[in-house]
Amino acid sequence: MYHWDFAALWQFRNVIAVGFGYTLAYTVACVLLGLLLGLLVGLGRLSTNPFISGPLRAYVEVFRCTPVLVQLVWFYYALPVLVGIEMSAGTSALLALALYGGAFYSEIIRGGIVSIDVGQSEAGCALGMTRFQLMRRVILPQAFKRMTPPLVSQSIMQLKNTSLLSVLAVPDLLYQGQIIAHETYRPLEIYTMVAVIYFLILLPATIWAKRLENRLTAQQGA
Amino acid sequence: MSHATNEVMIEIKNLKKAFGEHVVLKDISLQVNKGSVVAMIGPSGSGKSTLLRCINLLTVPEHGSIRVGAQDFTFGSKASKPLKDRELAKFRTNTGMVFQHFNLFPHMTALENVMEGMLTVLRKPKAEARAYALELLQKVGLSDRADIYPQRLSGGQKQRVAIARALAMRPGVMLFDEATSALDPELVGEVLNVIRSLAADGMTMILVTHEIAFAREVADQVIFMRDGVVVEAGPPSQVIDNPQEAATQSFLSRFNG
Repeated sequence: MYHWDFAALWQFRNVIAVGFGYTLAYTVACVLLGLLLGLLVGLGRLSTNPFISGPLRAYVEVFRCTPVLVQLVWFYYALPVLVGIEMSAGTSALLALALYGGAFYSEIIRGGIVSIDVGQSEAGCALGMTRFQLMRRVILPQAFKRMTPPLVSQSIMQLKNTSLLSVLAVPDLLYQGQIIAHETYRPLEIYTMVAVIYFLILLPATIWAKRLENRLTAQQGA
Repeated sequence: MSHATNEVMIEIKNLKKAFGEHVVLKDISLQVNKGSVVAMIGPSGSGKSTLLRCINLLTVPEHGSIRVGAQDFTFGSKASKPLKDRELAKFRTNTGMVFQHFNLFPHMTALENVMEGMLTVLRKPKAEARAYALELLQKVGLSDRADIYPQRLSGGQKQRVAIARALAMRPGVMLFDEATSALDPELVGEVLNVIRSLAADGMTMILVTHEIAFAREVADQVIFMRDGVVVEAGPPSQVIDNPQEAATQSFLSRFNG
């Protein structure tokens, strides 16, 4: 019978706090960079110029169709060989996760824009709006409502994906857990706690996302 | 009650439009005088909606020229350049368009819908835009619905807001693309009343419509189209009451049951 001892973890609270901080910081950075990239790529893919939309499509497919762990490793170990620039583990990880998230965000954003009835564009054009005004005042405000639930889900995925940072020795929550496990030989308590921390962040987030989705659906049907 | 003047407001010359192999407009030429009301009638697929949409360039023709007020565009010649977004937008401010399916902005109240063009395109101060929008809502009989979102309005109310939204740009011409076709029969009258009052104010209007009786009453020129050509044009007393062409007679016979 295994003897559980969570009390032994208390002395490592600072180590855990550092990991927690890294996980949150990387999540925020990856979500923001990913959203920005996703917005630009999503809008760019709507271009009628194939020299703009073509390469962007290629980017999206490459990042959607390869595992994110492979991307992380590639950016850290392979990319420097190719371009001759040394990148820290943190930088490569941020780059890979933002690009990976951006690919998915861009598809959500593009889909949201395309889903808006063509009559809305025509009404805006008929008023004399330029394409930019049309996007800003008519299309995007409506599209963002539809995009919000999938964008929130994707952001939750981004948080989970930060656990892969541990592979590159970035001291995130999981990596810090591994360090403690090596010192204490108590992987059961440590990894359970790590899982519980992720769960405690993500459960409220998913409940909030679900509520938001219901509220937006109700608004549209009103 | 015609307010038609001798000043030519819209001039269309040799307009041609095809969607792929399908030729929708075959060499259309047309003049509309300032203050006149033109009704375009004809069977579905005759090209009348496409012609209307060419007037504000929501549909871009392959060939011909279009002049509305002081602005003109020529298509298909060597001289014509690719259309610039900004030029197109400016051209369109001169025409107001009312759509069959209203196309109100669902994320804005009735008042905000009417204010939108004034704020974003004309860059008017908010107070001024608001005052004029309220005046227009009053004109279409919807002062009490100003703060309501489109989802809560009836079809007839939506269309009246859409008319106010178009009028807010103070356009030289109003285009109506089957503005009453999507409405329940009992709601058609309230929209026609608004159009009637615009005609009385001397607004230049082109209506694509299936309301033959209304066209006879309000229009001073009726254009009957079929298969991408103008078959017959003239005052309603001629085209509707005394059509000369067999195609016009056959089309109208369905309405005189």
